This record gives sequence, structure tokens and C-alpha cells, in this order.
Amino acid sequence: MVSFDPTVAEHDHHDPAPTGGRAVRIGIGGPVGSGKTALVAALARSLAGRVRLAVVTNDIYTTEDADFLRRNAVLPPERVEAVQTGCCPHTAIRDDITANLDAIETLEERFGDLELVLVESGGDNLTAVFSRGLVDRQIFVVDVAGGDKVPRKGGPGVTTADLLVINKTDLAPLVGADLGVMTGDAARIRGELPVIAQSLVQDPGAAEVGAWVCAQVDAVRAAV
Amino acid sequence: MAGLASLVLADARFPGGGHVHSGGLEEAAERGLVTGTASLHAFLRGRLRTAGRVAACAAAAAAHPSGPDRLGALDAALDARTPSLAQREASRAQGRAALRAVRAAWPSPALDALVAVHRRPHHPLLVGVVVGAAGEPPAAAARCVGYLAVSGPASAAVRLLGLDPFAVNAAIVALGDDLDAVTDEAAALAGGDPGDLPAPGAPLLDLMAESHVHHHRERVRLFAS
Repeated sequence: MVSFDPTVAEHDHHDPAPTGGRAVRIGIGGPVGSGKTALVAALARSLAGRVRLAVVTNDIYTTEDADFLRRNAVLPPERVEAVQTGCCPHTAIRDDITANLDAIETLEERFGDLELVLVESGGDNLTAVFSRGLVDRQIFVVDVAGGDKVPRKGGPGVTTADLLVINKTDLAPLVGADLGVMTGDAARIRGELPVIAQSLVQDPGAAEVGAWVCAQVDAVRAAV
Repeated sequence: MAGLASLVLADARFPGGGHVHSGGLEEAAERGLVTGTASLHAFLRGRLRTAGRVAACAAAAAAHPSGPDRLGALDAALDARTPSLAQREASRAQGRAALRAVRAAWPSPALDALVAVHRRPHHPLLVGVVVGAAGEPPAAAARCVGYLAVSGPASAAVRLLGLDPFAVNAAIVALGDDLDAVTDEAAALAGGDPGDLPAPGAPLLDLMAESHVHHHRERVRLFAS
């Protein structure tokens, strides 16, 4: 039941004044089911002692997701902001980034000393990329179970992301995916841009991606 | 005569965060109150003649030459005419969201004055201030805001219910007379006392806005309002 008695209504939202400072923003995009949320959880867990971080999620967000991050990522719920994307996940990270910028600034105002905000996109297709007005760096996540021809198909996510992660490598023999084809195609299509193949089953802390993220945080902060 | 500002602000491609708001349509669809083009048309017409009318009148008043001096009173008048906290929040969220794009395109002292009244200005006042500062008449601001009051929910209906986009577009156009009436009234009242702005009630919209937020805490909602 919704109470509509004005005497029991909550107070109007109060916005604290901005405290200044700006966290490094890293976008994590990729198709549905490729392991974006699991990667965010792994990074939050492994980076928690090293970097002051928060998460904006554009994924269809349920209490299960919040519980997942709470349980698996030692990330308190106040460090996670959910954005509603009005059924258009790519619009919210590319064409109209306003809701995401508002969420990031809300987190920055709430914590004051954030160093890193991970922005997880809703699961989308291969053409979705983050606007450079929203993030400083972006990671595109694909997985071996999504088909080993995915890197070959290209699309701006695969070709232009600052880091391509090929996820769930432990599943490759089970789904008949040729990891060599995937990494080879990715390297050919991406040129100098890095590719990391990983399995969160074998490496729950996502050590290699975590090291890349830390290096990006240092690089962006040094450049500001 | 409509100018570029009111056209750009009414464009669905304007990057002001409007695409994540459904104006109560998501809740109405969830409850089976809007199921097709006919019920959508009724929903839009009701919304235009209540919430849209209030918003259009506020936008026209803010666009009036005397608007920048009365922004505090207009802000209070809109609060008073928006009994649902969820709707006040949705209006201020859209105002704050659009501020980013607006500041980049139309910086003006009137805009600074609006933000000085409230860091998260009501969206209709933001539109009114920008349209007025761009030299357009109050009617242009009213028409823009009245149109947005129905175009946003209509677009949400296409996405949530899979309605025929041609039929939905025709349903918006069929509201032309209603939009004219709202625009004319808003323009006529633009220079008056903010306390005299009309205050039509839409209890069902108010309740659905509250219910939408309530359900956000329990299960999935794809729109912010």
C-alpha cells in the first residue's frame, strides 16, 4: 500500500553541496551474460584495500544484484548507485549520459574522496560504447560461451575499447570455443590495444584486469 | 513564433536525461491501465490537461520578461501544485539533469538566478528560463513543456508495450487542440501572480508516481519515474 497522507510523507531530498575532486571513471560494457557484474564484483573485492571506489550500475537492477555485490564484493550498498535507462542501455552510456553523470556526482558528493568509479553498462550489443564525456577509460567484456567469432565481428566495443576482456576461459573446452581464434582475431582487429583472457573461476580476484585498472587510475590522475 | 531553443529542448535527442522518465506510464502499464493505443491516448490527454497544464503555465511564467524576478515564487508555486513527493523529485531530477546540457548551450544570468533559487530546479522553470532568455515568447515555452508532458510517456509506451510507433505518434498529434488550449491559457497567465496559476489535481497520477518509487525498492523498474 502506498500512503498518500502528506503528514507521513518523507522529506524532500536534500542535496549536499559538491565537495570538489573527481574520481577516475572506468566504463565496463559488453553483451548480456558476458560477466560484467562478476568482473565488477571481483574488482571491488580485490581493489578494496588499494583504491577508494564506488560503482554505478546500469544493469536491470534488482535486490538480488545488490545482495550479490554485498555478499561477493565487500561493497556496502551505499557505494552502489543504480541508474534506470528507460529500456535503452546504450542511450544512457552514449547519446544521453546525463543520468550516469548525475549518479557519479551523487557518489562523489556522498564520499568526497573517491578515487575510482566503475560504471557498469546494461547488457547490450556489440555496437555499444561509452561516451568519452562519461568515462576516462572503457573495458569491453565478451565471453567464450558467446561464440568464438565475436571478436572477429568487431563493432566499436571490440575494436575501440581501451581493454578487451575475454571472459570465462575455463568454459572454452566445454562449449567448443577456440581461445586461440578469439585472442588472435582480437589482436588483429585491435592492433596495439590490450586484450586480457581470464577466468574468474581460476582467478577470482581478476588480478590482471585489476592491475590494468590501477595503472589507468594512476595515469588519468597524473594527467589531470 | 517558435525558435531554436524550444525546438531543441523538445527534441527526444536532446541529451537532458529525459529518456529515463516515463511520466507515470510505466506504473500505469504495469497495472494494466494502459494496454494499447486507445488507453494510451486517454492517459496522455489526462496527463496533458493536469500535470502538463501546471508545467506549461509555470514554464510560460518563467519565460515571461518578469519571470527571472519571480523564480522563487514560481518554484514555491510548482511545489505547492505537485502534492506527490515522487513527482517533485522527478521534476527536480529532470531539471538538474537538463542543466548540464543547457549550461553548455545557453549560458545566461537568468539561468544562474534559477540555480540560486534551487540547485535542482524544476524542469518547467528551467525550460521557461532558457526559452525566455533565447528571446522566444512564453507560449513557446508552454508548448514545449506541454508537448514533453505527453511525448515522454508516449515514447515509454512504445518501448514498454511494443505499441505501433505510427499509431502512438498519431495519438500525440491528435492532442493538438488540447495542446493549443494549454498553450493559450499558459501564455495568457504568464505575466500574472504565480499564486494564481491553475492547480488542477490528478490524484491517480500522484498515486502512481508514489507507487512507482515504492515498487522500485521491491522489484525492477526500467524508468526513473
